[in-house]
Amino acid sequence: MAENNKITKKEDLILFLSDTDEREGLLGKKNRKLLSDPLTDNNPITVQVLGICSALAITVKLEPAIVMSLAVMAVMAFSNMIISLLRNLIPSRIRIIVQLVVVAALVILVDQILKAYAYDVSKQLSVFVGLIITNCIVMGRLEAFALGNGVYKSFLDGIGNAAGYAFILILVAFFREFLGFGKLLGYQIIPQSWYDAGYSNNGLMLLSPMALITVGLIIWVQRSRSRSLIEQN
Amino acid sequence: MDLINLFVKSIFIENMVFAYFLGMCSYLAVSKSVKTAVGLGAAVVFVLGITVPINFLLDTYLLKPGALEWLGADYASVDLSFLSFIMFIAVIASMVQLVEMVVERFAPALYGALGIFLPLIAVNCAILGGSLFMQQKDFSGISEAATYGVGSGIGFFLAILAIAAIREKITYSNVPAPLRGLGITFIITGLMALGFMSFMGIEI
Amino acid sequence: MDRNSNAYTFLFVILLIAVVASTLALTATSLQPAQAENVKNEKMQNILGTVGIEVVRDSAQIPFEKYIVQRIALDNKGNERTEVNAFDVDLKKELKKPVAEQSFPLYVANVEGSKYYIVPLRGKGLWDAIWGYVALKDDVNTIKGAVFDHKGETPGLGAEITQMWFKKAFDDEKILDSSGEFVGVSVAKGYQGGDNKDDNAVDAISGATITGDGVTDMISERLVNYLPYFKNKTNVKVASN
Repeated sequence: MAENNKITKKEDLILFLSDTDEREGLLGKKNRKLLSDPLTDNNPITVQVLGICSALAITVKLEPAIVMSLAVMAVMAFSNMIISLLRNLIPSRIRIIVQLVVVAALVILVDQILKAYAYDVSKQLSVFVGLIITNCIVMGRLEAFALGNGVYKSFLDGIGNAAGYAFILILVAFFREFLGFGKLLGYQIIPQSWYDAGYSNNGLMLLSPMALITVGLIIWVQRSRSRSLIEQN
Repeated sequence: MDLINLFVKSIFIENMVFAYFLGMCSYLAVSKSVKTAVGLGAAVVFVLGITVPINFLLDTYLLKPGALEWLGADYASVDLSFLSFIMFIAVIASMVQLVEMVVERFAPALYGALGIFLPLIAVNCAILGGSLFMQQKDFSGISEAATYGVGSGIGFFLAILAIAAIREKITYSNVPAPLRGLGITFIITGLMALGFMSFMGIEI
Repeated sequence: MDRNSNAYTFLFVILLIAVVASTLALTATSLQPAQAENVKNEKMQNILGTVGIEVVRDSAQIPFEKYIVQRIALDNKGNERTEVNAFDVDLKKELKKPVAEQSFPLYVANVEGSKYYIVPLRGKGLWDAIWGYVALKDDVNTIKGAVFDHKGETPGLGAEITQMWFKKAFDDEKILDSSGEFVGVSVAKGYQGGDNKDDNAVDAISGATITGDGVTDMISERLVNYLPYFKNKTNVKVASN
């Protein structure tokens, strides 16, 4: 039952978005909405439940989380653009494979570039760069948006959703690095005097399960603020 | 002995869901009832058990630096590893198609049970993750790769089965409204992952 | 043309594959040198780190050639294998061979007149491979310095082996016990020795017992194969005195 709900929600979204006025300005109101919506009430992670897979394993520290976000943003924006460009050419029977190939090719590009110019970070991200391919958020947006919308709108949708994804990723990484190491981006934030007074880093935050629990708490906070998102059982 | 160790390790210690968070999307989406969870879980075991060994062969004889040596000494320096993502995903997508067709033809009952889940699986991170970890772990033979594939699949199966059972029961609990559904599932998964951490470091 | 006809589908797939394959091949070949350079420089940076020379990764080449005066590949009997290039030896592959067939790379450094022997290490941590380098002073007993790295140890626990405080503890530790027997350096849980450098042990990382044991094993298992070579060296020295 709940799955049906989700599908109708998505279709509503497409209908709502596809009837926007094509002549509006570069960052007109509706285009801005494409960017800002995924950050809050239509967040890909906490509301659409997409793209959690590869997200959480790299949120121990801020730096890899930020790089991962940028990589996802690049892949999403360009794959949305490419698929939107090709949307009238792709034979519908093989569209999933075509989407996978385009995404995989972009991910390989990102991976190669990271290995050449950001070696340290690429070591930290290891296989999780490759997993962007199956990050449901990318495929999900291709299916739900890029196949039915213009190039520029798809580009914005890609950026917007990637930003929503990045927001959660960075928030989780922020808490984990801050509470777990007392640092942010590798710089000591909590002063030595606190440690002398008996404060100690929470090692539990560094363990992977805490990423899940942190996301759970973020969802709690978000849904208490916007009550419309609460699920009915 | 090594195989058993690897098997146990891939089920419990390096559990796809609890240790690496792979396959989370379908884990969260299809865990509302035990019945569907079993269907998806079985399909994942099946597909992982097939694709990991195939991708292992592909990696060893085609993609690795020096893998093309069997074609002649001239090819020994060819390094196609940059193609591995795209090859793996192509194998997975086509295997899923193939499996779907074979199952539909020869086991209609199983198809009825797994049917709708098979297409979903092509984009399940756990499947690609299995192949990528296989490549990184540098297994020495196809039996290890197959064991790892089946083991990780069973790990996923256990995880989704457990959470589905818990979610069925939790509908009777008085969870704070904003936490209902997704939120509490995340937190429970976190607690389960903490439990699974106690398997860490076990060697058989 | 009909978008759902077989001919169109085939044409589309072929075009797509051609475009994707050529783009990827182009980037991969053009970025390959930069990637290989990164891997090589990191190795040099790590090796130099053990003898106290901290360099930026990108400029590791020049100091490496200045300080590392010899690169030797040995077998486990202490004989040199001149046909093997020590820098290219991949320990990951070597470890899968029987001990007698393995090549053991050894780097000899000369830093402002002091001679150091640098031994590459590789072993198993909790999740995956761990590796590192350890530099011995001229007496082939005292450790000059060590560096460690890992593939996937738990962040904040096992992954701490890359941190300065953990590496620093190895400085001046001995690999031989007081009677001259080889014991290595063990990473000991609940270590009470403080700054004692003669007890063949350093303090473990709390919560990372298995990674610590991995470091212990890797040091003793790898170093033991270099002992025949070191024995020859020290004997020669004794004789010439």
